[in-house]
Amino acid sequence: MDQTRRDVLKAGGSASLFALLAATGMLKPEAAFASDWNQKAFEAKNIKDALDALGAGSAVSSGDIVITAPEIAENGAVVPIAAVSKIPGTEQISILIAKNPTALAASFDIPSGTDPAVSTRVKLAQTTDVSILVKAQGKYYITKKEIKVTIGGCGG
Amino acid sequence: MPDPMRIRATAKNGEVNVKVLMAHEMETGQRKDAAGKPIPAHFIKQVTATWQGKVVLSANWGTAIAKNPFLEFTFKGGKKGEKIQVTWNDNKGEKRSDEATIN
Repeated sequence: MDQTRRDVLKAGGSASLFALLAATGMLKPEAAFASDWNQKAFEAKNIKDALDALGAGSAVSSGDIVITAPEIAENGAVVPIAAVSKIPGTEQISILIAKNPTALAASFDIPSGTDPAVSTRVKLAQTTDVSILVKAQGKYYITKKEIKVTIGGCGG
Repeated sequence: MPDPMRIRATAKNGEVNVKVLMAHEMETGQRKDAAGKPIPAHFIKQVTATWQGKVVLSANWGTAIAKNPFLEFTFKGGKKGEKIQVTWNDNKGEKRSDEATIN
């Protein structure tokens, strides 16, 4: 049993290799998070700027994305949104809210083996279109749905 | 230390459905306090779920995710008794990891 440990210790080089990899950022000591947090996209004030920042400016409208959300949200602070993509090879699902102070709400990375479907709850400042953007095999697809809000979700 | 997450992972028909409820203010930075001073933004930026060392979902979030965030997704594989881990970090550098057993 202990032999393995000694072998590892003897191969001291591997420890410094690990340190080197960690220092150069090739190996992250923490759990692997999603692709880097795209500050430009998350700070975009409207859908067009957010799409451009995501590299999705040429997203095409698709009927293969299903948004499940209430027609009317009484309380904009907590609005359930479910997004399902039927597009083969879906690798990312993003939620964009046209009339919020910042448009991009969330981007989910979908690894192979995970269903291309996510549910969450978002805040809506006012009655707005909610768009779901899907990245599949490097291409972008989008669809939208209007949600009416009777009480805004931004402290109003 | 932030409060623990509530994670429910249920195996059915070869898939595992995961529901997560996180305890977080998700402050947008748009609101003002009673004295009219802006309340600084405080929100979860990244979430990752892993099973058997494999990432089964990861996400980047902005301020529009509702307070005490809810997240639901489903992945293939995963059996009763195995574990799933969920980790988040926020814009103030706080983080939290919790684990649940699939049942």
